[in-house]
Amino acid sequence: MIRSEYIIELAYLVATALFILALKWLSSPSTARRGVRAGELGMLMAIVGTLYHHGIVDYRWIAIALVLGTIIGVPLGMVHMTAVPQRTALSHAFGALCVTLVGTAEYYLHAPQVDRFMMAVLGLEVILGSLTFTGSLMAAGKLQEVLPQRPITFQGQNLVNLVILALAVALAACLVVSPGQTWLFPVIVVIGLVFGVLMIIPIGGADMPTVISLLNSYAGLSAAAMGFVLDSKLLIIAGALDGASGFILSVNMSKAMNRSFTNVLFGAFGQAQAGVAGTQQARPVRSATADEAAAILAAASKVVIVPGYGMAVAQAQHKVRELFDALTRRGVDVKFAIHPVAGRMPGHMNVLLAEADIPYDHLMGMEDINGDFPQTDVALVIGANDVTNPAARNDASSPIYGMPILDVDKARTVMVIKRGMSPGFAGIDNPLYYLDKTLMLFGDARAFVGGIVRELAGGDHH
Amino acid sequence: MNIDIITSLYVFMLAAFIGFEVIRRVSPLLHTPLMSLTNALDAIAIVGAMILVGEGKSTLATVFGTIAIVAAMSNVVGGFLITDRMLRMFKASGAKK
Repeated sequence: MIRSEYIIELAYLVATALFILALKWLSSPSTARRGVRAGELGMLMAIVGTLYHHGIVDYRWIAIALVLGTIIGVPLGMVHMTAVPQRTALSHAFGALCVTLVGTAEYYLHAPQVDRFMMAVLGLEVILGSLTFTGSLMAAGKLQEVLPQRPITFQGQNLVNLVILALAVALAACLVVSPGQTWLFPVIVVIGLVFGVLMIIPIGGADMPTVISLLNSYAGLSAAAMGFVLDSKLLIIAGALDGASGFILSVNMSKAMNRSFTNVLFGAFGQAQAGVAGTQQARPVRSATADEAAAILAAASKVVIVPGYGMAVAQAQHKVRELFDALTRRGVDVKFAIHPVAGRMPGHMNVLLAEADIPYDHLMGMEDINGDFPQTDVALVIGANDVTNPAARNDASSPIYGMPILDVDKARTVMVIKRGMSPGFAGIDNPLYYLDKTLMLFGDARAFVGGIVRELAGGDHH
Repeated sequence: MNIDIITSLYVFMLAAFIGFEVIRRVSPLLHTPLMSLTNALDAIAIVGAMILVGEGKSTLATVFGTIAIVAAMSNVVGGFLITDRMLRMFKASGAKK
């Protein structure tokens, strides 16, 4: 190695350490921003170090591309918090695009002198990269609602998908045997792209948190494969970290939805099993007005608010913050119970509530809050449905039986803000609504919470 | 060459173990920033694309590499930016506004 190469490798080494520290510091909100700084510094060192690479003779296109990427990146970093899931899916697509393009270019630079191991890794890289590219674009489209959210299924879908994927792998194996067959390479990429589309169309909106995590993992693994091809330890490590992160999140999400991994991939869930819920007769429910709800909340000493995505859709988080402030001022202990799949991606609901200035030490995960419900005076459910359905715990015939839920029904009083009695995402009726202790608060989440806040502010009620 | 591959496999394996251990400790509170941060870090693939373009060995390499740099750079800038924006919002009870 020449001297400049040692210096570059040292820069990469430090960058690697900074990347690991970045993730380590993300373990707690108090150190998390330091983690971002570490990641930025590592990235800067790696990019600047690379500019000194002896093989680089032409900087024009690099400079243009860096500027262009920055111009595209800034607005993508400034999107609204509700749009973070689709932004994340889009960035998985960009990462996968980068990996696929570099892998393709590397192949044509070296073919037919590609040794077998390299060819196998290149095959893995472009198959994972291309399917993640179109898959993530599809996911982003569904989240942005430019594509239909409802799953599209057809007879023998899983078989078709498996055959297509197997074909891509078989063609890659042919290339391993005879890397000179350059025409095979674009065929593999195209098959990967098609598979990415087919993989996502049967997946419904409710399963997006799992899918995004899975695509995250694929994006990481394809980058790690690229690291093998380029013999870049830095890239292998960054890819492995990303892959591990996506994997952990996917497992978390599928556990939270009570689905196995294979079920998520091949299940075509989200497809309406509504029929199973049976015919719903109009069973009696108790309802209440905003001032009645305010009186009950004011008299409580412990309140747990259960937000669902419906709250975010109604843009009610700022009104919820006002409710939190009003109750806290009266000495009521207010906590938020966050189900792992409460948002459109892992942790999304926490971000939406933090954006509304709700202190994070009041945001509780499912495991931490479930023991508290029996001592809770009021559980206030806003825009959440299936994650509060006691049928998941005690009705073996329910399609969501076994799914971990928030034990809202164990609170002394339950209040549910809901537009009407229509069933939720999964089309399953919720027995919670018919309990004697449950009060239905019918109306738009934002307006209703606003009404409660006004009542609470209107001095001590009569 | 072959020794390098074995070394790379060791590096991958160790990094995967570190990843599991470190990321398991990340609070579920921060799982969204976690994903956007790992996404930004993953864009380190930009380094490979830069070398590809800079060496200018073929037109294909220059064109594909340039697009790859644009894609990765947008992840670097956008990823760090949005992660920091999100994390700025997480405040403890005491530190209001």
